[in-house]
Amino acid sequence: MEPTEADLIAAVLRGDAASFEPLVQRYSPRVFATARRYARREIEAEDIAQEVWLKAFEKLKSFRGEAPFEHWLMRLTVRTCYDFLRGHQRSRESLFSDLTGPENDWLERFVTQPEAASENADAARLLVGRVLEQLSPQARLVITLLEIEDRSVKEIAQLTGWSVPLVKVRAFRARAEMRKILAKIATDKYL
Amino acid sequence: MNIAELRKKLLAAARANPPGDHVPYAFEKRITALLAARAADPLALWVRGLWRAAVACVAIALLLGVWAFSHSTVSARADDLSQNFENTLLASVDQNDLTQ
Repeated sequence: MEPTEADLIAAVLRGDAASFEPLVQRYSPRVFATARRYARREIEAEDIAQEVWLKAFEKLKSFRGEAPFEHWLMRLTVRTCYDFLRGHQRSRESLFSDLTGPENDWLERFVTQPEAASENADAARLLVGRVLEQLSPQARLVITLLEIEDRSVKEIAQLTGWSVPLVKVRAFRARAEMRKILAKIATDKYL
Repeated sequence: MNIAELRKKLLAAARANPPGDHVPYAFEKRITALLAARAADPLALWVRGLWRAAVACVAIALLLGVWAFSHSTVSARADDLSQNFENTLLASVDQNDLTQ
């Protein structure tokens, strides 16, 4: 019979570090999926995931077992991703004048026939990636959790450790920030 | 260009293309090895211990500093500095007066 999650955690807390491995194996897909939302390259996603697991091991004592381990781990993951964004605030000066051919084509299509510009196109995916890169870490986190992952304000508050009113304020600012960036694309391209 | 529509389209694009959840080969082994290396590294243990000790020392030093500062302020108030200075300066004169 396979040991349960609680058994594994208890064993790790007793000093059996090998029991941590099945936990890493079980939950790494979720950690990687989250990390890839914020990392630009695969190597960065691996760094984030590694950081998450090392922190999880160090802080395992603080896991009281009131909520599922997965929830606790996802909170840790989101906070680590946020720290990563803050620590790697890249130059957000990259202009939209260096858009690739397919991205330009997608925008052209969007301007002429908005319905014909498919959201499944690779160009749209690259373009949204560019826009997210331009956002501040706070705005990027909020837009990702709220608009892309469709999480509620309450869930975001639990994941980030921010209060509900603070999440609302940051969501308002993040949307405004995103609108400003999109307006800049329009200005750069058509004026 | 309709900004609101563009925003909606791009967010839909992001939702339609979620990132993959594949895990690099033997990633869990890497984590276990890192944890083992950390546990086996005596220097890391020393560094952690010394950092904790340093924090405690700084806290004690600050407390003692505050105590010493407040104590010296009280004693400085009790003894008049100018009077002390005058006494020291005129000590030799006073001694001469006493001997004569």
